[in-house]
Amino acid sequence: MTRSAVPALLPVVPFVGAAVAAMVAVVSPRVARWIAVVAVAVVTVLAAWGLARSVESGPLVHPMGGWAAPFGIEYVLDPLSAFIALLIGVIGLFVVLYPTRVGFGIEPERGVFLHAIVLLLLGGLLGVAVAGDLFNLFVSLEIYSIASYALIALGGPAAAVASYRYLLIGTVGSSLYLLGVGFIYFTTGTLGMDSVTTTLGGLTGSPTTAAATALVVMGLGTKMAVFPLHVWLPDAHSHAPPAVAALLAAVQVKVAAYALIRILLDVFPPRYVIDDLPVLDLLVWFGLAGVVVGSVIAIRQTDLKRLLAHSTVAQIGYIAVGIGLANSQALIGALLHVVNHAAMKACLFFAAGAILEQARTKKIPEMTGLGPRMPWTMAGFTLAAISMIGLPPTAGFFSKWYLVSGAVETGNWFVAVVIVGSSVFTLVYFLRVLERIWFGTPESSGAHTGDGPGGTPSVVEARPAIVAPVAVLGISVVVLGIVNFAIVREVLDPVAIRLLN
Amino acid sequence: MIGTVIGTVIGTAIGTVIETLADRYIYIFLVALLSLGLFALITERHLVKKLVGLVLFQTSVFLFFIEGSVKDGGDVPVIDPELGSDPDLYVNPLPHLLILTALVVGVAVIGVALSLITVIHRAYGTLDDAELSRPDTPADGARQETPR
Repeated sequence: MTRSAVPALLPVVPFVGAAVAAMVAVVSPRVARWIAVVAVAVVTVLAAWGLARSVESGPLVHPMGGWAAPFGIEYVLDPLSAFIALLIGVIGLFVVLYPTRVGFGIEPERGVFLHAIVLLLLGGLLGVAVAGDLFNLFVSLEIYSIASYALIALGGPAAAVASYRYLLIGTVGSSLYLLGVGFIYFTTGTLGMDSVTTTLGGLTGSPTTAAATALVVMGLGTKMAVFPLHVWLPDAHSHAPPAVAALLAAVQVKVAAYALIRILLDVFPPRYVIDDLPVLDLLVWFGLAGVVVGSVIAIRQTDLKRLLAHSTVAQIGYIAVGIGLANSQALIGALLHVVNHAAMKACLFFAAGAILEQARTKKIPEMTGLGPRMPWTMAGFTLAAISMIGLPPTAGFFSKWYLVSGAVETGNWFVAVVIVGSSVFTLVYFLRVLERIWFGTPESSGAHTGDGPGGTPSVVEARPAIVAPVAVLGISVVVLGIVNFAIVREVLDPVAIRLLN
Repeated sequence: MIGTVIGTVIGTAIGTVIETLADRYIYIFLVALLSLGLFALITERHLVKKLVGLVLFQTSVFLFFIEGSVKDGGDVPVIDPELGSDPDLYVNPLPHLLILTALVVGVAVIGVALSLITVIHRAYGTLDDAELSRPDTPADGARQETPR
């Protein structure tokens, strides 16, 4: 336990940045964007520093106003939350650097608080990561949700409908979480994560604790989009503008997964959830159902962004399975998949944005022969797709490897078989896209001969500002795969051991 | 003989129910409000009515917290020189504080929801969920002739 201002600065920097960016946007949206870039860069550096420090010398704590827990509010940065915070910072940096008009679908005009809302979203996500008590977690959860509703609606009228439905479901989810927190508060008399752990230790048999667990899992499961609470996700993610979809799929749903890990395995007394309640088994089964349903529905999609959204449902399933199996291999797999999926899905959505910008299409059949015309974008897309399928040496292979070995360790062969088998589904839906992009000739696409958007020779590679994020993320998928063992050894292994003690 | 036993059992059961009702009636009320809100949220077709259901649902959660802070004969949680600093004499102020924050968050959610409703109505000219869910609903809201 080291006192440090960093845990508090992580959410405060984006929030202050949001206020400044909102005021500046009235005068100059260009400057507002650079304020966002600077704020997110500062957050990334702080998170990286915090990760190094907390791995080395234990968690960093900031008691708000000098009031220590249990009376005061504490912000805590331990290796797990610093890991998530760093991921938020890096993906956030890509999102704010991606060209505004392509990424968000609107021209940056005066008085459009676009970057202020992005900063609010990132601040809320970071608030969840560093929250040291259950109620602050709720407030941060709502801050990022409200910012997400606003950003999704940028995608046009259909996106507004999707966003409204997400709002209804999401608010029910966070209210359920709040109700669960109420149950915990009235049994333990405290909200701080540490003191809840000690107080609940003697109350593990009580039905109130079990009810609180159920409510919290349902609430966070809705935010995380675990099957069958995922119904809002495909619409919201496919209608949202590309950069927003990348941000939501890469980090927003993952932060709810982090909150679930934190509460189930850290806040509740050690082994209580693992030994006494069937909740983790349910997570495994619903996770597997999500993997299968998401993948099968993704196969039938003709809209690229919709395909990616359904595939997110499947990938969230893997993370839920990893949490549910609750052994160190599977948990490492889940956490590794959080970062690996963030890199690949962000890359894929950015590539979809580049295709939308250059070829003016979202439909897969109209993308025939785009590969040779947009070689860099499509190379990044292909690398990320290979990683999604899970071929070595890309990142996706390693997280699945840990998940499968975790499943084998518990003797649950069915889980292992489904995880491996679902890679075939992933192969099918990405191969369909890749085959069209690289090997399809415009003539073979029938109606689109010559005049189809993908078939027109005028489609060229996007400008460097659009291609760079795709290419960098595409390369990072391979690099992540190679350095995965280092991430596991330095960060995730100790984290998993501590959570499962 | 058996009649008396049955009579006693039924009597005790009714007694327990009445006792629970008298003791916990507020929870029954809260569960009713929560279910009503969720029911409206799911079954209503009109988007604004769905929002009303959501607000009912949220309110029941807020009231649950407020109910938990109540103490019999508890005073306003500001230390009174006559009462001293015994915490049992005051109601618990923390849930009030939490719900004040949650209310603010709730208002922000309603604000965003209403602005989304405005956007949807302007684009499609309807707030009927079933109408908006039809597969032929255009993504860009072109069905309505009025210029946006």
